[in-house]
Amino acid sequence: MKRIWKEARSVSKAVEDEARVRDILLRRAILAGLVCFFVLAGVVARVVWLQVTAHDHFTELAEKNRTRAEPIPPSRGLIYDRNGVLLADNTPSFQVELVPEQVKDMESTLALLTEILALDEDDLERFRKALKSGRSFDGIPLKFNLSELDIARLAVERPRLPGVEVQARLTRIYPQAGLTAHAVGYVGRINEREAESIDSEAYAGTSHIGKTGLERFYEDTLRGKVGSRKLEVDAHGRSLRVLEELPATPGEDLHLSLDVRLQAAAETALGDFLGAIVAIDPRNGEVLAFVSKPTFDPNLFVNGIRTKDYRALMDNPDRPLFNRALSAAYPPGSTVKPVMGLAGLEYGLITPEYRMFAGPHYQLPNDDHRYRDWRKGGHGWVDLDRAIAQSCDVYFYDLAYRMGIDRLHDFALNFGLGRMTGVDLPSETAGLVPSKDWKRATKKQAWYPGETLIAGIGQGFMLSTPLQLAHMTATLAQRGAGFRPHLWRDRPAEALPPIKLAKAGFWDAALGGMEHVVQAEYGTAHKYIGKTAPYRIAGKSGTAQVFTVKQNETYSAKGLNKKLLDHAVFIAFAPADAPRIAVAAFVEHGSSGSGVAAPMVRKVMDAWLLGETVSKDAVTLDATGAGGRE
Amino acid sequence: MSPWREKMGSTMAGLRVDEGVLLRWLKLDPWLVFALLLLLGVGAVTVFSASHQNMAQMVSLGARIGMGLVLMLVMARIPPTVYQFWTPWLFAVGVVLLLAVELFGHVGKGAQRWLDLGFMRFQPSEILKLAVPMMAAWYLSLRALPPRPLDILATLLIIIVPVVLIMLQPDLGTSILVAAAGMFVLFLAGLSWKYITAFAVALAGLIPLMWQFGLHDYQRQRVLTLLNPEADPLGTGYHIIQSKIAIGSGGVSGKGWLNSTQSNLDFLPEGHTDFIFAVFSEEFGLVGVVVLLSLYLFIILRGLYIAVQAPTVYGRLVAGSLSLSFFVYVFVNTGMVTGLLPVVGVPLPLVSYGGTAMVTLMAGFGMLMSIHTHRPFMAAR
Repeated sequence: MKRIWKEARSVSKAVEDEARVRDILLRRAILAGLVCFFVLAGVVARVVWLQVTAHDHFTELAEKNRTRAEPIPPSRGLIYDRNGVLLADNTPSFQVELVPEQVKDMESTLALLTEILALDEDDLERFRKALKSGRSFDGIPLKFNLSELDIARLAVERPRLPGVEVQARLTRIYPQAGLTAHAVGYVGRINEREAESIDSEAYAGTSHIGKTGLERFYEDTLRGKVGSRKLEVDAHGRSLRVLEELPATPGEDLHLSLDVRLQAAAETALGDFLGAIVAIDPRNGEVLAFVSKPTFDPNLFVNGIRTKDYRALMDNPDRPLFNRALSAAYPPGSTVKPVMGLAGLEYGLITPEYRMFAGPHYQLPNDDHRYRDWRKGGHGWVDLDRAIAQSCDVYFYDLAYRMGIDRLHDFALNFGLGRMTGVDLPSETAGLVPSKDWKRATKKQAWYPGETLIAGIGQGFMLSTPLQLAHMTATLAQRGAGFRPHLWRDRPAEALPPIKLAKAGFWDAALGGMEHVVQAEYGTAHKYIGKTAPYRIAGKSGTAQVFTVKQNETYSAKGLNKKLLDHAVFIAFAPADAPRIAVAAFVEHGSSGSGVAAPMVRKVMDAWLLGETVSKDAVTLDATGAGGRE
Repeated sequence: MSPWREKMGSTMAGLRVDEGVLLRWLKLDPWLVFALLLLLGVGAVTVFSASHQNMAQMVSLGARIGMGLVLMLVMARIPPTVYQFWTPWLFAVGVVLLLAVELFGHVGKGAQRWLDLGFMRFQPSEILKLAVPMMAAWYLSLRALPPRPLDILATLLIIIVPVVLIMLQPDLGTSILVAAAGMFVLFLAGLSWKYITAFAVALAGLIPLMWQFGLHDYQRQRVLTLLNPEADPLGTGYHIIQSKIAIGSGGVSGKGWLNSTQSNLDFLPEGHTDFIFAVFSEEFGLVGVVVLLSLYLFIILRGLYIAVQAPTVYGRLVAGSLSLSFFVYVFVNTGMVTGLLPVVGVPLPLVSYGGTAMVTLMAGFGMLMSIHTHRPFMAAR
């Protein structure tokens, strides 16, 4: 009985245990189920945060991942002369580029490319320089103008050359080469200094920038507006398709007032001399010819000039890169005499009829220094007409002395002397018309009366550029109603404040003197250009005492002789009664304004007014025949 | 009979098959089968997109699903008593294979996990995912419950030996899963809260030690990455950042199937394997995530229900442990992909492409169904 009870108890205990364990498991399973529910709810909460709260943020990041904006460079505007002749063109060319971040081993890649493309040290040096300043994901050009053979060779080696790409790019080309180099200028690759100052957005995808001349002055007009392309890319940076495209706006074309034929005529007229010729249409300020000699081939600079070529240009004592027409300040010499005459009339110091006896020299009171006239015997009795036509120095010494330097300065400024003309070219030189204030400020010295005398004949401190002289001539031709000189023809002519004189007859007197320089028997240039002129020319010769552009120690022996000769200047406009062209020629060491510079001016005028082109043989230069200064 | 069964029956009636007899013979649990097939379908659809519509991979995925389903059918037919009988042998074989891996294993991806059997490569740690909870359940079913301290120690030994071997491979993810599976058995067997608290405290104390000595450099890096993925956006943080971008950019309704830019453009690595949840979230959005996680929760709860209903202690403990292990898989993976947990190589169960993990899971579900369908009095219901 006891045993039965015991057994029954143990059975019931086992059943009880069994039930208790079941119960524990049930409770724990429910607990676990709840934990599972809440933990997964937590995951959902996290996903809600990611997909709802931070959705915009992550959408932006995903978009950033998958898209890449790529600039579309605009094509640069072309430059034409007034007859539609191309002066600056874009031409497709193939170039090999390296993308630094994709190149595995730069040195071995360069070594292999040197072999394939026959690169020289210059190419490599230029590339290394560009590599330092470039961005690692932009292609850096290694060699330009690839031949078909080069491209085929590269294609064969392509698997061994990761990051090496052949790109078709538009390259700037100047078909007229040196002929228009000083006016048009050139573009070149953006250098480090420029990269800092330009708006990098506007230049995205653009590798070149105008460096000199019109290319630089009208950079913003020519450049155009960059476009963009939104690409879908994968994680490896490969682009898969174009999502959006905003095309680039091409740069504006420039139509210049320059005439290539006249330009060529002027260049030919200059012959082997160094110097500059500028021709302006006085009726609107359009620059018709703009020549500075010697010149250079701007195409050399477009894709980075080779060291050898650059050194040759820099070592050339004639300084071909120097823009003489725009940046060289020469003494204008006697070409300023018509302006001096006008000043004398306006200030009431002389009249057209006023005569004075001009001896061989001029002396200031209480001073025994003799200011000599270029003609040994003097001119005798001269009025303004004669004084200009024969370029009498004594007459203008006296006039300048009576006028005083400050009045001279104020009047000359009206004709654009001593300040920039505002032509649409960079790096213009202002030249100089001295004054007492100027001398005190820059030289810390008092003004001497003698300095006024030589200023009166365009010597001494007085300096001007060939462009300024052409502008002054055009303003004279217009009787004071001048225009700002400009090369971009589409730009409306800008009339400058007209020069008003007390009497219109003053203009007749001074301009008449200029006409007699050429047309009258007694004029200095008559025997050189006046006898045969089919139209009437008004001009003025000048000779400047040697003032070389820059004293250069490495001048050759031959150059040294040449160096001793005076500079020759001639300014003129024609036809005298209705001027259509104003020309200034400045010939370094030309020695005679009438003998050398005047025939050059005549040839340019003939080319313009008669439609004659000048052949080189036809130019006869009377350098030896000219005696002394006129 | 549930409404679902009625519906199922009516369609099956067209085939003139007595569905009751067939299902009863197959020993399948229709609820689980339905949910699992749904999950496998979601997986196939997502893998198709995430693998860039790679057909070869789809074929191999199909083969794996087929293999898993067959194994599930077979496992479901085998009665739980048979499992219980063979448990110690299975465990012993598993441990021996782990040792074999340690000695002759194939090194892949810097870890020694594979055993090359000639015709296939085989990961013995997969066996232990089932064998460890089975062994713990087998042992505890012989002892009085709730377990006494000595029994607890013995069970811990059963767990620790294979876990340490797996950790040595090194495979932190699997060792955590195996350890968790074993610990769930103890928990369900009624381990007193006193001990649970003690374990928790010990674990908390162990973490700094583990940090110092137990983890490989790359594992430590992963934990640090979790805390601040942006510190190294192109290195170890890359996965997490790209994964979060994928999920976040999906939004509420998702970008639509096949439209995951993060995966299609290769920004998200391993999009079809460990990080498939990110691709799924990007394409199907919050709506998809809620549906998917609900499906998982349903499977887990169904498994726990089976555990509660099981007639034997062994069956109860195994069923409960397998269900909770399944939960751990889901949480570790989704937690990792959403940036809540460190990156450990655990696939999203039944959805990720890959490995023998899916086959093991299907085997586990087969066993779960066997436990449920081999109850006495079933036929009389």
